[in-house]
Amino acid sequence: MAEQMLAADGRPLKASLNRALRRQKLRALALIAPLLLFILISFVMPIADMLFRSVENEIVSNTLPRTVVALEEWDADTGEAPSEEVFSALYTDMTLAAEYKTHTRLGSRLNYESTGISSLFRKSGRRVGRFDTDIYTDAFTAGDPAYGDPARWANWMDDGAIRTQLPKTASAYDDWARMIVEVEGDDPLEEEPWDFVFTALYEDANAGGVLPIAVDLSGVEPVSLRAQFSDVDDDWLDVDVWQTIKLYAPEYTSGYFLNSVDLMKTPEGVEARPENEQIYITLFIRTLIMSLSIMGMCVLLGYPIAWLLANLPDRTANLLMILVLLPFWTSLLVRTSAWKVLLQQQGVINDVLVWIGLVSDGNRLELINNQTGTIIAMTHILLPFMILPLYSVMKTIPPSYLRAAKSLGATNWTAFWRVYFPQSVPGIGAGCILVFILAIGYYITPELVGGTKGVFISNRIAYHISSSLNWGLAAALGTILLAVVLILYWVYDRIVGIDNVKLGG
Amino acid sequence: MTATDGAFVAFERVQKSYDGENLVVKDLNLSMPKGEFLTMLGPSGSGKTTCLMMLAGFETATHGDILLDGVSINNIPPHKRGIGMVFQNYALFPHMSVAENLSFPLEVRKIGKSDREAKVKRALDMVQMGSFAGRRPAQLSGGQQQRIALARALVFEPELVLMDEPLGALDKQLRETLQFEITNLAHELGITTVYVTHDQTEALTMSDRVAVFDDGRIQQLAPPDELYEKPENSFVAQFIGENNTLEGVVEEIKGNTCIVKLDSGDIIDAVPVNVDNVGDRTKVSIRPERVEFDRNRLHDDAHTLKAEVLEFIYMGDIFRTRLRVAGTDEFVIKTRNAPDQKRLKPGEMIEIGWMAEDCRALDA
Repeated sequence: MAEQMLAADGRPLKASLNRALRRQKLRALALIAPLLLFILISFVMPIADMLFRSVENEIVSNTLPRTVVALEEWDADTGEAPSEEVFSALYTDMTLAAEYKTHTRLGSRLNYESTGISSLFRKSGRRVGRFDTDIYTDAFTAGDPAYGDPARWANWMDDGAIRTQLPKTASAYDDWARMIVEVEGDDPLEEEPWDFVFTALYEDANAGGVLPIAVDLSGVEPVSLRAQFSDVDDDWLDVDVWQTIKLYAPEYTSGYFLNSVDLMKTPEGVEARPENEQIYITLFIRTLIMSLSIMGMCVLLGYPIAWLLANLPDRTANLLMILVLLPFWTSLLVRTSAWKVLLQQQGVINDVLVWIGLVSDGNRLELINNQTGTIIAMTHILLPFMILPLYSVMKTIPPSYLRAAKSLGATNWTAFWRVYFPQSVPGIGAGCILVFILAIGYYITPELVGGTKGVFISNRIAYHISSSLNWGLAAALGTILLAVVLILYWVYDRIVGIDNVKLGG
Repeated sequence: MTATDGAFVAFERVQKSYDGENLVVKDLNLSMPKGEFLTMLGPSGSGKTTCLMMLAGFETATHGDILLDGVSINNIPPHKRGIGMVFQNYALFPHMSVAENLSFPLEVRKIGKSDREAKVKRALDMVQMGSFAGRRPAQLSGGQQQRIALARALVFEPELVLMDEPLGALDKQLRETLQFEITNLAHELGITTVYVTHDQTEALTMSDRVAVFDDGRIQQLAPPDELYEKPENSFVAQFIGENNTLEGVVEEIKGNTCIVKLDSGDIIDAVPVNVDNVGDRTKVSIRPERVEFDRNRLHDDAHTLKAEVLEFIYMGDIFRTRLRVAGTDEFVIKTRNAPDQKRLKPGEMIEIGWMAEDCRALDA
C-alpha cells in the first residue's frame, strides 16, 4: 500500500484538495443561485404541477367522499342503479358540494368522460336543497325541541359515546359545521342543523343507533332519496352515469392519457374511442411529419445560404447575415400575418400566378389554412435557426480542405461531397435538432395560417387549456409531446451522437 | 523560339492582379527543367504564394501563359492538372483516417482497390509512417501530419509537387529533419518540386535553385551558393543571410574592380555588380565572415578601415563581434571558434579589410 500523501501542513492531501475545491464550488453555486431559483419557481415547478395534472383525479373523491365509499359495494353488472344507501350518501355529498359550488366543477370533469353529466349535476345541485327530507327535521323537533337547539347539537357532537352511536350524523354534522363557517360565515352554535343532518340522524336511528333524547319515529314516512333524485333527472337511474362515477373515483387515473391516444376506459377495460372521436393520434403523427418536412425544407434552403455566408468576403457576408437575421428582429405575429397576405386565395402570390396565366382565376391555389401554409410560414420563421449553426460550423472549415481535395484530383462535386459535406454534418445536426424541437411545439403560426388541417398538437393543447378547460387532458398531451421529443433526442444521440453536434467553434 | 522551350514548368510574362489596380505579380518569367527543386523565397506579400496558386490552378493569371510540359494549363481546372500539393496547415481531411486520406486521390482516379492499398502502403512506408494507417489526423503530431500530407501529395505519382510553406508550423529541430527528408525524397523520386517559403535557411539548404521574390518580381534566380555569395542587388544581399552594408559613391571602375568612396570619406575596393558609371551612389555589401582583421591575411595593397570593437558575443561555434566602422555601429564580423582565434575586447581598436571580390557594389 502506498503511503497516504500529506499536504505541507500534515493533513491528507485529498482532504486539503477537497477543501480548496469546496470553496470554488460554493462560489459557483452562489453565482448561479438566483437563476436557479428563478427557473425552479417560475419554470420547473409549474411544469411539474402541470404534468402531475395529467394523472391527478382527486376531484371525485374530494367532492363525493361518502358516495365513492358507498359505491364500492355496488356492482354494475346487475344492470340496476345503486341502492338507497348510495343515494343517501349522494344526498349529503351533493348538498355540501352545492354549497361549496364544487358540484359544477365535478360535473364538467365527468362530462369529459360521459356527456350529459355536467347538466345533471348542475340541475341536482339546484334542487337538492328542496328535497322532501324536511319531514325528518320536523319529526325530530316536534318529538323534542332540544333537536332545534344548536347548542345542544354541539354538546352531543362533542360526546364520543353519542358519536359512536350515530356515525353518519356525526360525519354529516362535522362537514355541515365546517361549511357553515367557511361558506355562510355563520356560527354553528347559533344555526339549526340542516335537513341532511336530520336525514343522517334518522338513518342512524333506524339502523339501531341510540338517540341522545329518545323520539318516537314510528309515524314518520321514510323519504326515498333515490326517488327524489330520479325526480330531478331520470339519468340518476342510468347505470352508465354511476359507472362513470365509479370508474373515475380513484385519486389517480390513466383516463387522460388514454384519451390522448384515442382510447377510453370502460368497465370492460381499455377500448378504442369511436372513430369520429379519434383525433389525437392523427394529430401527433401530423405534427411529427410536418415538423420533419419543415426541418427538411430548412436544410435544403439553409445549406446554400450558410455556405455563401461562410465563404463570401466579410463585407458581403455581413450584409447577407443582416438579411438572415432580419426576421429575428421582426415580430413573429407580423411575419405570420405577412404570409397570410401573400398566400391567401386573393393574395399576392395567387394574383401574380393568375396574372401570368399559370393558374386560372377559378382555380386559385389553396396555399393557406392548410398544411402547405403552415409548412411555408414555419420554414421561413425557423430558417435562421438552421442557418446560424450551419454557418458557425462552416466558418471553421478551412478553404484549404477543398483546395487540397481538388489538387488531389477531385472534381468540384466530389470535393464537396467527400470532404466539405462530412465536416458540415455537425452543423446540420445542430440545426435539425433546433428546428425540429422548436417546430414540434410551435403554436402561434399553425394557429394563424394552419386552418383546421394544418394545426399542430400544441394548438389542441392550447384549446384544452384555455377553451375547454380540460387541463388534465392538456397535461397528458403535453407530457406525451415531451416524451416524444426526449425519445427522438435519445434516438438521435444513438445514431448521430450528440457530441457530433456543434453550434460553432 | 523562347527561352522556355524544353522546360517542364514555365511562366511566360505572367501577371496577376486581384483588384484591377495593383499588380501582385509583375511580368514573371521562369522556366524549370524536369526534376529540379526550385524554391520561391521572399517576404510576405512578395507574390510567391500567388505564383504557386496560379500554378496549382486556384488562381488564374491575369495575363500571360503558364506551361506544363509545353502545354498551356491556363484553362485546365486544378483537378485535371495532376499536380501534387502540400499545404501550409497540411489540410489532412479530419474525418478520414490516414489511409483514407491517402487513398482519396487514388479513389477519385478510379484506381482498383488492391492497387490502391498497395500504393497507399508504399507511400506510407516512404515517409516511415507505415504503422499509422488507421489513425485520425488529430491523433498525430505536427511532424507526423506533415509526413502524411507529403505522402498524400506523392501517392498518385505526380510529376510536379508544390509545397506551400509546409514546415512553417514545426519546431526548429523537426523542421531540419524534414527538410532533409523532403529533398532526399524529391531527388530519389525524380519529381519536380516548387517549394514556397519565407525561411532563407530552408531555401538555401533544400533547393537546386532559389527564386527570390520581392515586389511581384523575381529579384534573382540562382543556385544557393551563387545567391549567397554573389547577390545581384541590394535586396537579395540583405534578404539572404547576414550582411554588412556601407553606403558611398563610385570613384573609379577598372574592369572587374572598382573603388568606392564611402560617405565617411574612407576608400574601399569592391566588385561592381550593378553600378555602371563613376559618380553613382552605391550600397556596398560584405558578408560578416569574409571580413578580416588580421593584416597578414590581406593583400598588401588592400584598402583597410579603422574599426572600434563595440561588443563581443560568444555564440559557441562562432564569435560575433559588433564594430563601429565608417560611421555605422552595426558592422558585424563573424569568426570561427578555433583554438588560435583571437577574442576581441570592447574598446579595442583594429583595422579591417577584405578581398575585393567579396565586397559587392550594388544598387543604392
